[in-house]
Amino acid sequence: MARQALTDVNLSIDEGDLVAIIGKTGSGKSTLVQHFNGLLKPDSGRVLVDGQDIWGKGVALRDIRRKVGLVFQYPEHQLFEETVALDIAFAPKNLGLSDAQVDDAVREAMRIVDLDYEEFADRSPFELSGGQKRRVAIAGVIAMCPKVLILDEPTAGMDPRGREDVLGEIQALHEKHGYTIVLVSHSMEDVARFAKRLVVMEAGKVVMDGDPREVFRHRQELIDIGLGVPQITDLMAELARRGYGFSTGAITVEEAREILLPPLLAASIESTGSAGPDPCEGRCGHGLR
Amino acid sequence: MKEGVGMDFANAAVGQYMPGDSFMHRLDPRTKMLTSLGVVIGLFVVSEPWAYALLALPIMLGIMVSQVPLKLITRSLRPLTFIMVLTFALHLFMDPGEAIFSIGRITATYEGLRLGLITVVRLALLIMATSIVTLTTSPIALTDGLERLLKPFARLGLPAHELAMMMTIALRFIPTLLEETDKIMKAQMARGADFESGNIAKRARAMVPILVPLFVSAFRRADELAVAMEARCYRGGEGRTRLRELAFSGADVAVLVVVGAYTVAVAVAL
Repeated sequence: MARQALTDVNLSIDEGDLVAIIGKTGSGKSTLVQHFNGLLKPDSGRVLVDGQDIWGKGVALRDIRRKVGLVFQYPEHQLFEETVALDIAFAPKNLGLSDAQVDDAVREAMRIVDLDYEEFADRSPFELSGGQKRRVAIAGVIAMCPKVLILDEPTAGMDPRGREDVLGEIQALHEKHGYTIVLVSHSMEDVARFAKRLVVMEAGKVVMDGDPREVFRHRQELIDIGLGVPQITDLMAELARRGYGFSTGAITVEEAREILLPPLLAASIESTGSAGPDPCEGRCGHGLR
Repeated sequence: MKEGVGMDFANAAVGQYMPGDSFMHRLDPRTKMLTSLGVVIGLFVVSEPWAYALLALPIMLGIMVSQVPLKLITRSLRPLTFIMVLTFALHLFMDPGEAIFSIGRITATYEGLRLGLITVVRLALLIMATSIVTLTTSPIALTDGLERLLKPFARLGLPAHELAMMMTIALRFIPTLLEETDKIMKAQMARGADFESGNIAKRARAMVPILVPLFVSAFRRADELAVAMEARCYRGGEGRTRLRELAFSGADVAVLVVVGAYTVAVAVAL
């Protein structure tokens, strides 16, 4: 692989936004986000947080790293303490908080990621399940009370249930707790559901940037750079290609349902005069009828 | 994209081998190891200054034939510069004998100067003799050669194959673990960890958040590797065949006989 690590990325992220960065492996997503909190120093160019150059004179990197929390890929691999509470306390302790403040921060972080304090605080992080470990690790960053939370592939290697849990927490962090979220992801489905803004990276450059619905309209371009669109968007495009006159803008299953269901129901009532036989013979309750 | 603290270490640690197709590269690894060992023993046996010059001859010849840039050889000397300077200074000022000059109560002596120089030359030649082997032999060939050389001792209970396999695996995982270290360090720095300030005790304690995850991941990798090896029917060295059989060629025999005899002659004569 070439050594060129990023070139002229230009990106500004607004406070309170939920931005997803997508791009294929090696497109520079992870390298980019490591610049956001000063883990990597750019040879040229600047990184501004709250309008302040993070490599400027008199700027303490520790303050930047507190403000911009970064959850790495497979964050559970960084757990090291004897108990869950001690591990989550690592960051607030490094910030020099008092014991009482540290304890508060730990409890609050555990509450946010939905880990019961009484049940988990004194357990070893190494005996937890994969999903629980990851939540402990995310709590370890949230405990610094950052303004911005960057998550690098937070659902990598998780089962569907775990994915839902983690994604739900991220959404709660954004909506309930007002975090600015930057989500690095491979999953078009995830970003379609959550992101308010989508940034597409390719070979160190931002090639698309905008509303997810708008970005996913460029299906072929996304496929050309090794990405794609959500499966449901693919389905709608295929239906349109076969001559069904549905709108093709859907990027989530819920949206597609809204578009597809009314004409389907109307069609079945028209042809049989009733709702027709239940195709699922009552086995499931997804309400197709 | 893989730029970070770790990769530089990785290059330094395993960047020893310089692929090539010289006469030295083509020699059997056992030949290179044995002749190098012979010359090294010679360096320890002799003590006359010009015996070193005679022993330096095959080393220099080897370097020339290998076509390895001289820069790489001198670079391999660099990590030991401090030790060489220190031993030279210790000899110069500590050995009793005829004084050259003195600073306060410390006196430099001619005997010290002579012994100091000999020691430094000996050390330098020693490193050159061994690094010419590692520079021209791939790690795989090295461990292969080592396994074959140790095989006779297997009868005495020495686990020759296991040792060689351990070495191969260790070499293979050095870059992986360095990369892992880099990643864990960054993750802990993102949580406000500080590895650069404080006294020794504080810095040692700061290593715990790196070492624990590193060990955990090393054990996990070891487990996975063991399963992967067993899945490919690995059951130890017994009855295992090889893709590339080591074989001595005419050149190997010639090198062994000529350099061996030369070294013995120098060692005996001086």
